[in-house]
Amino acid sequence: MDYHTPASFDEAVSLATSASGITRFLAGGTDVLVQLRADIVTPDTLIDIKHIPGVRDITQNADGSWTIGVAAPGAEMSEHPQLGQDWPGVVEGMDLIGSTQVQGRATLVGNLCNASPAADSVPAMVAAGATVTVTGPDGTRTVAVEDIPTAPGRTSLAKGEMISAVNLPARGENAGDAYLRFIPRTEMDIAVVGCGVNLRLDGDTIVEARVSLGAVAPTVLLVQECADAIIGTTLDEAALDKLAEAASAACNPITDKRGTIKFRTHVAGVLAKRTAQIAYDRAKGASK
Amino acid sequence: MTRKTHVTATVNGDTVEYLCDPRETLLDVLRDRLNLTGAKEGCGTGDCGACSVTLDGRLVCSCLVLGVEAEGKQIETVEGLSDGDILHPLQQKFIEHAALQCGVCTPGVLVAAKSLLEKNPDPTETEVRYWLAGNLCRCTGYDKIIRAVMDTAADLREAS
Amino acid sequence: MALDEYKPQSGGAELDGERKSFDYVGTRPERPDGLDKVTGRAKFGADAHAPGMLFGAVVRSPHAHARILRIDTSKAEALDGVKAIVTRADFATGLTGEFANVLENVMAGEKALYDGHAVAAVAATSALAARDAVKLIEVEYEVLPHVTDVDAAMAPDAPVINDSYADASVPEGFNANVVRYHESGHGDVEAGFAEADMVFEDTFKTEATHQGYIEPHACLGSLGNDGKGELWCCTQGHWYAQKYCAALLGLETSQLRVTASEIGGGFGGKTTVFIEPVALALSRKANRPVKLVMSRSEVLRATGPTSSASMDIKIGFKTDGTITAAEGTFRLQGGAFPGAPMEFSAMCAFACYDLKNVRQVGYDVVANRPKQAAYRAPGAPMAAFAVESVIDMACNKMGLDPIEVRLKNAARDGSKASYGPRFDQIGMVATLEAAKAHPHYAAPLEPGQGRGVASGFWFNHGGETSVSLALSEDGTAQVSVGTPDIGGSRASMALMAAEVLGIPYENIRVTIADTATLGYNDVSHGSRVTYASGLATIKAARAAVEKLCQRAAAKWGIPEDAVKWENGCAVPSGPNAGDFDPMPLADITATMGQTGGPISGHFEATPEGAGVSFGTHIVDAEVDPETGATKIVRYTVVQDAGKAVHPTYVEGQYQGGAAQGIGWALNEEYIYGEDGRLQNTVFLDYRIPVASDLPMIDAVIVEVPNPGHPFGVRGVGETGIVPPLAAIANAVSNAAGVRLKSLPMSPPKILEALEAGGDA
Repeated sequence: MDYHTPASFDEAVSLATSASGITRFLAGGTDVLVQLRADIVTPDTLIDIKHIPGVRDITQNADGSWTIGVAAPGAEMSEHPQLGQDWPGVVEGMDLIGSTQVQGRATLVGNLCNASPAADSVPAMVAAGATVTVTGPDGTRTVAVEDIPTAPGRTSLAKGEMISAVNLPARGENAGDAYLRFIPRTEMDIAVVGCGVNLRLDGDTIVEARVSLGAVAPTVLLVQECADAIIGTTLDEAALDKLAEAASAACNPITDKRGTIKFRTHVAGVLAKRTAQIAYDRAKGASK
Repeated sequence: MTRKTHVTATVNGDTVEYLCDPRETLLDVLRDRLNLTGAKEGCGTGDCGACSVTLDGRLVCSCLVLGVEAEGKQIETVEGLSDGDILHPLQQKFIEHAALQCGVCTPGVLVAAKSLLEKNPDPTETEVRYWLAGNLCRCTGYDKIIRAVMDTAADLREAS
Repeated sequence: MALDEYKPQSGGAELDGERKSFDYVGTRPERPDGLDKVTGRAKFGADAHAPGMLFGAVVRSPHAHARILRIDTSKAEALDGVKAIVTRADFATGLTGEFANVLENVMAGEKALYDGHAVAAVAATSALAARDAVKLIEVEYEVLPHVTDVDAAMAPDAPVINDSYADASVPEGFNANVVRYHESGHGDVEAGFAEADMVFEDTFKTEATHQGYIEPHACLGSLGNDGKGELWCCTQGHWYAQKYCAALLGLETSQLRVTASEIGGGFGGKTTVFIEPVALALSRKANRPVKLVMSRSEVLRATGPTSSASMDIKIGFKTDGTITAAEGTFRLQGGAFPGAPMEFSAMCAFACYDLKNVRQVGYDVVANRPKQAAYRAPGAPMAAFAVESVIDMACNKMGLDPIEVRLKNAARDGSKASYGPRFDQIGMVATLEAAKAHPHYAAPLEPGQGRGVASGFWFNHGGETSVSLALSEDGTAQVSVGTPDIGGSRASMALMAAEVLGIPYENIRVTIADTATLGYNDVSHGSRVTYASGLATIKAARAAVEKLCQRAAAKWGIPEDAVKWENGCAVPSGPNAGDFDPMPLADITATMGQTGGPISGHFEATPEGAGVSFGTHIVDAEVDPETGATKIVRYTVVQDAGKAVHPTYVEGQYQGGAAQGIGWALNEEYIYGEDGRLQNTVFLDYRIPVASDLPMIDAVIVEVPNPGHPFGVRGVGETGIVPPLAAIANAVSNAAGVRLKSLPMSPPKILEALEAGGDA
């Protein structure tokens, strides 16, 4: 295994483009090292991107949008004084991944590129409408987060391409987001079901909504039917029930060691209601 | 055989140099190359916390850090907790409260708890429990560990 | 406890009835090894290094059941740094009985019997080289049909693991996977059921769980071709390791010296050998020391989990709660070898109660899973889950208080135990009374919460024990014991020695001696250490005291029996013995070289008065009816310790047992796929409780002295895991309003039960 520490994204891309065999980018390493230790994936080329200037920065842009560096660990997102005010659901989704120790290393982009349908930060980012900047041999492009994973363990990134930033939109007024997951313990588990909700109100009425589900299909889902179930409502009981129904209907899960098809399908509905309620309360409440 | 990489880092205040294979973890390096066997490998997957150290002040699992990544970094391990022969208050409280039975998780728990108290000198029981959720202990049921950390925090607040 | 070592206790008359109080026993000093363990200095299994040391790694079967057709090591041998490769051919032949079973488990012969079964091993100059070499060893398998479930393994058409396992106890007509049978009890259960007003009957299942110690198995072995060897390993019993390693490698036992490292948890799982004989075989072949350390997935795939169980329970009651008859059938799956502790399940199941009519039956069933190893009161927790669930069902149905019903039927001093002998002085009633009086039992419950109560029993154990105590010139003492200190036993030994010698606790150093420096000791198991090594320490100290008194008598010129020992001094035994100032221990030892030589005491015997132990737990659980998630909101353990030598560490044992029980009840399980492979081989998915899962655990120590120990001590390590499965199941069932009969009570199972609206 060759280990590289490029000083720029261009250098990283050129290393990845010319590498043969298996290439992995290393940021927090909380998936790469686990796979290495268990002899699941031993990369031929390992490109440590943490020496690229600015990759740990969390920046609010002039228009209120956010740019999060690809090596910013979860702990730094949680500690950031403003990010969690704007996007509490995204910060919570990230924060739920692993232990305090894992939070010291794990990153949004690592979680995304590991391409697990159960990744906690991904439904939160999808609901938030986040995009990523992809840098490759042919320059850069912007891609919606939901378009990165294509199947468990697979992404739409081409050889030599890498993610160089995460972009969160400006929060704007009367809006809130939330992420909840179900796990059997209180910590340290992989999500059996995850749900992200992001919505905006006009008065008490929901005017915009994005609802995402994790661990219920081969990739994280952005479910328009869920959004439709609550847009135009005040999130009354009927709307919540329709939301739960839509969420369960969208599920295409598997039975595995973490949960059954039946359980996941049912709990997706329960979580969708609970998550939407938190997002709604946030949109109404103190956090903007 | 892969060519080894030369690394210079600071461990518990001492400058150390070592050669390591890029596949070796920081935990492998600490234990097998630097003879600092206080950090333990309980899982190798970041699930148990027995290998906890701080890397530039940030709590991490040393099994999830490569040895080569430590170049130029500051690392603190359980061996650096006490000040000479004066135990860190957490170490003393862990003995007093019997917050250890077999003691194999203890180095990681102590490093993690110290990191908590530096960040949050007045944690609630729930905060201590969640902060330490990544430090598995199979012997104690956590009760006495939580009490020892809370009691240390109270003493440190009183002293400051 | 290994099955062949179990002996029903014969009681005892060791209790020092004269003693009214203690100076040291019952205090809470700092443990002697505390400093080493909070500074990272303590050396555990994987912390040893030796000059020229190689690193080992093991090739394991990916199949649940397969014939090994060919092992090609040529590519691995050609790898730079590889120094030795061993297979079954490198071990002893012609072994029988448990030696043969352990060898077969340590290194597969003709067949791989479970996913993770070792088939070869390699030693190389680095851990990475050894791991790379493992990938180059080619094994050709013929995959065979497999079975992993206990009930499926008993079915007539189930694949047979080994048709020579079954012993003569098995009745005709069973599949060859049923390898042993047990039946016990007394009275006439049919007549008892006929007398009953109501009879409750149900079937229960528990999945296998792992001991889950945080330290994976690790060892460092060195063996020359002269047959002399050294082994360093984390083990609960280094004499056991010595005996088995010597047998498996064809060595003379005494030529192999085994040193126990500090041990990072065992709970029964480190009472046998796995990698130790392999490291020695590699060392013999490479002629260099070899270190072998398991990964977590190797621990979960290939070391002893507990048995899975399938059980039928039938209990008859009068309307006032009196039990008229009880019957239980316990089918335990113990992996690919005989030895599932089904007779312990059977014998413990109803031991809390004084029953006129009781009958219990056990089946030992083999399947394609790793060889079960002891896990804290092996066999008892699952039996208690089934029995105590039925009692709770009966209490709910009949509207009776669960503690009152248990009190009404409780085993008392002199009761005939369900497994045969008559109980001596016991604490079953005392734990129930203490539980009833505890504020927890009267505390109100929030909506959505339920309360569960359950009791549990464990035999406790004595076992072969040697202790040596030597006094130093400066008046201090060193105690050599042979039972590894897993949870603070050095402190208990020092307290008991201090009590007898009358010198400060701090002046006593307790060492875990290696196999070359002390007589034989059984494994640290069966809750025997504080009882048996403690009794041995007391007797060794008393032997030293006798010599101290002799020296004082000689100096004073009075008869030996005119001197007694008080507060660390020799004193005349009465006014007629003469008028002499007390002679402190240090004054006698200072000149011992001139007054007759070194003073020491020792003890070698097999104490048989271990003193059974009972506990009663109270649990409050909250169930989220929408997701099936369970939260343990309050937990109280009440258990009889006989006499708590170091109460803080006794509490720790209670709390640890409860926490492990919570894991077993709610989330821990061995999950096998259709292919017979273990699905959850890391802590991410083998879900032991984390700190945020648990409440504080209130530990109440009841002390009903054990007549078989000078200070009244009973073992406390194991009983604490017996009641939790049942207590939690009762709490969850009462919270959810439906009865849970299968462990773990994972959220999907609870939702299923709620949906079914009745039983699940």
